[in-house]
Amino acid sequence: MGKQINVALVGNPNTGKTSVFNQLTGLTQKIGNYPGITVEKKEGVTKISRILTAHILDLPGTYSLNASSLDENIVIELLLNKNHKDYPDVVVVVSDIENLKRNLLLFTQIKDLGIPTILAINMADRMERKGIELDIPQMEEQLKTKIALVSARKKTGFDELKKHIKNYSLLPTTPCCNVSSIDKSYFDKLQQTYPEQERYKLWLLITHDANFGELDRKTIASRNGLPQKTKDEIKKLQHKEVVARYQFINGMLKACFKQDLNLAKGMRAQLDKVLTHPVWGYLVFFVILLLIFQAIYDWSTIPMDWIDEGFAYLGQWVKLNLPAGMFTNLLAEGVVPGIGGIVIFIPQIAMLFLFISILEETGYMSRVVFLMDKSMRKFGLSGKSVIPLVSGTACAIPAVMAARNIENWKERLITILVVPFTTCSARLPVYLIIISLVIPDEHLLGIISYQALALMAMYIIGFGAAIAAAWIANKSLRVGTRSSFVIEMPDYKLPIFKNVGLTVVDKTKAFVVGAGKIILSISIILWVLASFGPSDTFGNARKNVQAEMASTDPMPQGVDMEQRIASYKLKHSYMGIMGRGIEPAVTPLGYDWKIGIALISSFAAREVFVGTLATIYSVGSDNQITIKERLAGEKNTATGKPLFTLASGISLLLFYAFAMQCMSTLAIVKRETNSWKWPLLQLFLMTGFAYLTALIAYQLLNL
Amino acid sequence: MTVADLKKGQKAIITDSSARDIPLKLLEMGCLPGNEVSLLHIAPFSDPMYLTMNDTHLAIRKQTAALIEVELED
Repeated sequence: MGKQINVALVGNPNTGKTSVFNQLTGLTQKIGNYPGITVEKKEGVTKISRILTAHILDLPGTYSLNASSLDENIVIELLLNKNHKDYPDVVVVVSDIENLKRNLLLFTQIKDLGIPTILAINMADRMERKGIELDIPQMEEQLKTKIALVSARKKTGFDELKKHIKNYSLLPTTPCCNVSSIDKSYFDKLQQTYPEQERYKLWLLITHDANFGELDRKTIASRNGLPQKTKDEIKKLQHKEVVARYQFINGMLKACFKQDLNLAKGMRAQLDKVLTHPVWGYLVFFVILLLIFQAIYDWSTIPMDWIDEGFAYLGQWVKLNLPAGMFTNLLAEGVVPGIGGIVIFIPQIAMLFLFISILEETGYMSRVVFLMDKSMRKFGLSGKSVIPLVSGTACAIPAVMAARNIENWKERLITILVVPFTTCSARLPVYLIIISLVIPDEHLLGIISYQALALMAMYIIGFGAAIAAAWIANKSLRVGTRSSFVIEMPDYKLPIFKNVGLTVVDKTKAFVVGAGKIILSISIILWVLASFGPSDTFGNARKNVQAEMASTDPMPQGVDMEQRIASYKLKHSYMGIMGRGIEPAVTPLGYDWKIGIALISSFAAREVFVGTLATIYSVGSDNQITIKERLAGEKNTATGKPLFTLASGISLLLFYAFAMQCMSTLAIVKRETNSWKWPLLQLFLMTGFAYLTALIAYQLLNL
Repeated sequence: MTVADLKKGQKAIITDSSARDIPLKLLEMGCLPGNEVSLLHIAPFSDPMYLTMNDTHLAIRKQTAALIEVELED
């Protein structure tokens, strides 16, 4: 085992920083969270030489060290804190060739911190096509560093980058651009007070409210003899800093950067003409949405059916082939249906993340933001809310996090509040099963399936509710905010297969593991609750049923007898007792106590619904049938009529469309808004509204 | 005149970007006096505006654009 060094990748968004990271680390990468916050932390390992390995950290994309968001704070907190365990031995600033000028702003800032810093210029394969020539030796001299021209797409230049990383200790650590000239006397005083620190580091400490370990703003501010700066003065100085850095960069590029614009070719202008067009732009967006929905409903139902049947078979197999007993029952009735309830989501989640990551990779998403901004603003949202709302159809958790890109706090808050209304993939199995039970399998005019229409209607209801809720929130929330909206419109690129593939695998894995833990533990708890009960009723089930039947039915026999015992047992299990306790609350909506239990357990996560019903109904049932067949045969214990009718089905659909039934989403909203107020508001308002609409729907349809 | 007054395809030079409500991020992207700005596209309902500024392509809202003073290029 040789030596290991820490390397941090820093760069602007859209520079292909993550592609460079993927190229360096491949499958060694791990994705986790920074402690206490939900910013994604990507790290991996790469071999630099025979005796040297590098731990590579992919820091969140940022335009500068003047952090204005949680993600950007991560970057400066790491770079300013020498005691941090990930503090880099060397920083690689990833820049792209076309926005070199802007990317160098961040480079000069990091260079001022006294850390060895390498410049990696990505997308070098595009230089020729764009007519660009660079004088690398002169740039290296002026920037006081080593430069590697790389192309993540063509996989070139990585040997050179690794060579520079290997020789990191030879890199000069002096600043390349002297920004203390913006207020010389002030910076001199800072330096005198803390002679051992870099000037620019002290300046960042003063201008940021973040956790830097050894030194912070308050300590510096309380030192005697340092003149205090007001907020306005600081902003003016930051403005001056940007100007000073660009002066240096422009001077250098004038000598080192040549572009023959006659040679520059690109698809941007032609594509933008169509994709941001007031008519064609919307049409293309609509067609893309349609394609995504088609893929999710139509194409992914095929593997989902296999998974459903496969798990029904597996449960049966476990029961038949393992020695009978408690453990086999737990496996066959609790664990297997529970896991099946998670695995069935994989095709859809993967499909959705596939599309979303392609839309992001190609640069198309920014065009959608641009097109939608004005109309979204009428509802208190931002064009940038489109990404969370579209991601919300996969899962509200990444969607709530995606709202971070929205600069305006009120727009961001409203987006977070309404995202849970969009039809997430966890609602989908509930919808699919109920629709197939209560909507006739017939076709309108012989072509359009009523069931497909019903599913589409559920999506429209979800989006409609989100937009309506946003409008109401916009009118009623009093949140002081300054509006600012800046979005980069990156050049169009073909997606890199490796990036898309890794995103799909990572996100799907995160979903399955995260949701899986909850679903699995809940299905085990439910199985236990359904399989045990008080001894005087549950324990004496056979005797009690025999006694009860002796008075009504003189000849109780065989199968009928066993079924009655099973249903008696379920009714008198701990779960049955709880279910009947809440029955008065759910009867007006058309449900029986079993659905009541499924509703309650759905508050952990909606996708638990189907699994719960599967567990409830498979306890004591020997038939090898799918969940759907079982539900169709179920009778309402109170009325004796079929349980799933049009009225109770619609009522259930509406309840699931509106209710806030996801603890993980509530936890994320709490973290993102830093208060319990907003998640609790969502929980009570959404669920109350769901109860009311389900009640009205059932009572009207049941007239 | 300001960026908000530009017509599609027009080019101008930024003369002042010191208004307090211009976000620092926009300055860092190159919204500084002396740099060229040109209007590429306007979204439906005339907002937001798709610009190039200092070779960066970006979109901002009209209310921010109205804070950036420019002079048309001849």
